[in-house]
Amino acid sequence: MNYCLYCDKGFYDPVNWRSVLGLADEVHFCEVCSSSFERIQGEVCEICGRSFSLFPEKYRQENRCNDCLRWEEDDKWRGILAKNRSLYVYNDFLKELISRLKYRGDAELVNGFRQELKGVYRQEFKGCVAVPMPLSRERHYERGFNQAQLLAGLLGVEVVHAVNRVLHEKKQSKKSRRERLEMRERIFMLGVDEELVKGKSIVLVDDVYTTGATIRQAAIVLKEAGARSIASLTLAR
Amino acid sequence: MRFVSFFADGKTLAAPDALKPPDVSAAPVPFYKLPVLDPPDFFGHLPFSHELQAFLSGKLLSFDELPYPMDMIHEHYLHGCLTYVKGIAVDVGGSFVCKRCGNDKPRLFASFSCFRCKETECVYCRKCLVMGRISRCTPLVRWCGPQLDWRVDDVALEWDGDLSAAQKKASDQMVSRIGDEGELLIWAVCGAGKTEVLFHGVEKALKAGQRVCLATPRTDVVLELLPRLRKVFPGVTLAGLYGGSEEKSEGAQLIVSTTHQLYRFREAFDLVVVDEVDAFPYSYDQSLEYAVHQAKKGNALLVYLSATPSRKMKKSASLGHLAHVRIPVRFHGFPLPVPRFVWCGNWKKRLKKGRLPSNVVDWVSHQLEVKRQGFLFVPSVAALHQVVALLKAGFPGIEGVHAEDPERKEKVMKFRKGEVSIVVTTTILERGVTVPFTDVAVLGAEEDIFTESALVQIAGRSGRSKDDPAGDVLFFHYGRTNAMVDAKRHIEGMNKEAEL
Repeated sequence: MNYCLYCDKGFYDPVNWRSVLGLADEVHFCEVCSSSFERIQGEVCEICGRSFSLFPEKYRQENRCNDCLRWEEDDKWRGILAKNRSLYVYNDFLKELISRLKYRGDAELVNGFRQELKGVYRQEFKGCVAVPMPLSRERHYERGFNQAQLLAGLLGVEVVHAVNRVLHEKKQSKKSRRERLEMRERIFMLGVDEELVKGKSIVLVDDVYTTGATIRQAAIVLKEAGARSIASLTLAR
Repeated sequence: MRFVSFFADGKTLAAPDALKPPDVSAAPVPFYKLPVLDPPDFFGHLPFSHELQAFLSGKLLSFDELPYPMDMIHEHYLHGCLTYVKGIAVDVGGSFVCKRCGNDKPRLFASFSCFRCKETECVYCRKCLVMGRISRCTPLVRWCGPQLDWRVDDVALEWDGDLSAAQKKASDQMVSRIGDEGELLIWAVCGAGKTEVLFHGVEKALKAGQRVCLATPRTDVVLELLPRLRKVFPGVTLAGLYGGSEEKSEGAQLIVSTTHQLYRFREAFDLVVVDEVDAFPYSYDQSLEYAVHQAKKGNALLVYLSATPSRKMKKSASLGHLAHVRIPVRFHGFPLPVPRFVWCGNWKKRLKKGRLPSNVVDWVSHQLEVKRQGFLFVPSVAALHQVVALLKAGFPGIEGVHAEDPERKEKVMKFRKGEVSIVVTTTILERGVTVPFTDVAVLGAEEDIFTESALVQIAGRSGRSKDDPAGDVLFFHYGRTNAMVDAKRHIEGMNKEAEL
């Protein structure tokens, strides 16, 4: 008997040829919780990785969404983030789950995503250095851990803490889109020797991609330090 | 968090790394790695914060839950007013035990690399996480300074209502037990008027300077009880606790709380009344039972209230292990409505075909005709959606409510006001919601979810008012079950005992 990592309901592994042969991945979530995840599939925006099937056609031009077009029109931000890929749609269920992970501090939950995250990394970011999105010291102490660091740790590749957060978060989730996009102050600084970043392909790892503003703020710091390309991988979009 | 230990006056004490005495050079370690600590000496002549005393007395809290600066808390520790205890202990078998919720299941502990204590595997409890994380590296705090003292001269019951003979018998029994250690079950039918039965016993306890807690599984009940108690005990400090409550009356003598909030209390109460002791989630969650037992003092009196005690509780009552008193009759003195069984064929198959059993449809149209409201209980959320869709197509004033329904409160309110005639619901409304002039029907009464106690509670929704004491209760079924027969027998038995 397994117990669901999220709701603690007992369940049995599905029986199929793969499981009989011992090839199946470990199942962490019960059937009900598993079915609440919406995996991002099909056509996505080539930059931010959002699923085109989920929003009106008029916000799309060819392979990009309007939000990304706006980023790319801006001289400062053009090409800063090569692409983002996310595992799941940030639906109500995932919001609950991520809030339990971050605000309740249930670090264990990340272990339910190891295989899936590794899979996307292999497909989309092979060879990239993983850099977790940092927290400020205050927030890090309060939470006891950094969820982005835990997620990056699942990938099984080199993790470099290349960026530091120098400005304490006013909770991002409480800021408006406008406030986030303005970004007048500098919130990140390079945290390692430039040599560790120069010429490297980097994938920033975080829990959620919302407007992409925070991730681009970190990306520009890496770009300035000479990184070849910066992309991002998140659990939710 | 990291602590250092040091010797002072022959005792082993501890201090957070940031507040260690200047002459201490020991390396900081996570709290659980400290040697066994001695209780610090109490310095009675030094002043202490009455606010902190009120906040912390009878409780077990983490630093994060205390809205006071660390240096102030630590000063009280050095003065012997509080102690630091492990949040997660290791029992003799080597497995972890959460000192807040009592969890000892290995799968409900996990670890992470902790920024606070710098351990790569800092263990935490996943069971009581919603109340704030308890990890191994951080202590819990207990008050051990001067006891709270309430002004009991002002305590008086201001209530001039009358108790029925059966209520009085139970009330007297409770009054006579106040001050004793042990347990008492008050087994009262739905609509017996349980709250009034408690008044005299609670008054006696409060007058004796005891700290009293009324615990109930549901927030709605806390909200309903608070104003009533405030009215009848005007001279008493009273606090209501439930998830998200913001009331600030720390150190209150009388506390009305959801059972969940009791996790934060330790050896606090001389009298604990546990309402609906059989109700979900109480009966299904052993750790809530743990919470109740931890919250009361060792020599406290524990009073259980229930209309439908569990089999185990009934058995120990009948064997004489559990003192009990019964209130077999409703406060208005009329008998409980006895359910009638009505066969309705294979209703699941019919639902699949998009139809309802004809006698169920007849019942709904009859209710609308005679202008009486009705509850229609169904066994699952899936069935609920189907039944609501089918009924809405044919009748006005139909609404469906289930536990996850975001409009649950509004819909129940509409039903109370009479704007909804028939409410289709799962077992979530089996308790608590009381509306006069209401009849009750169950569709699929043979389903497992309708246990004896669920059916007795459901039947108890009708005939609650003295102006309409004889509601109708129908169990539509596809084959009668023992639970249905037992529920009917239970109700008839109570009526017989009351000689009605």
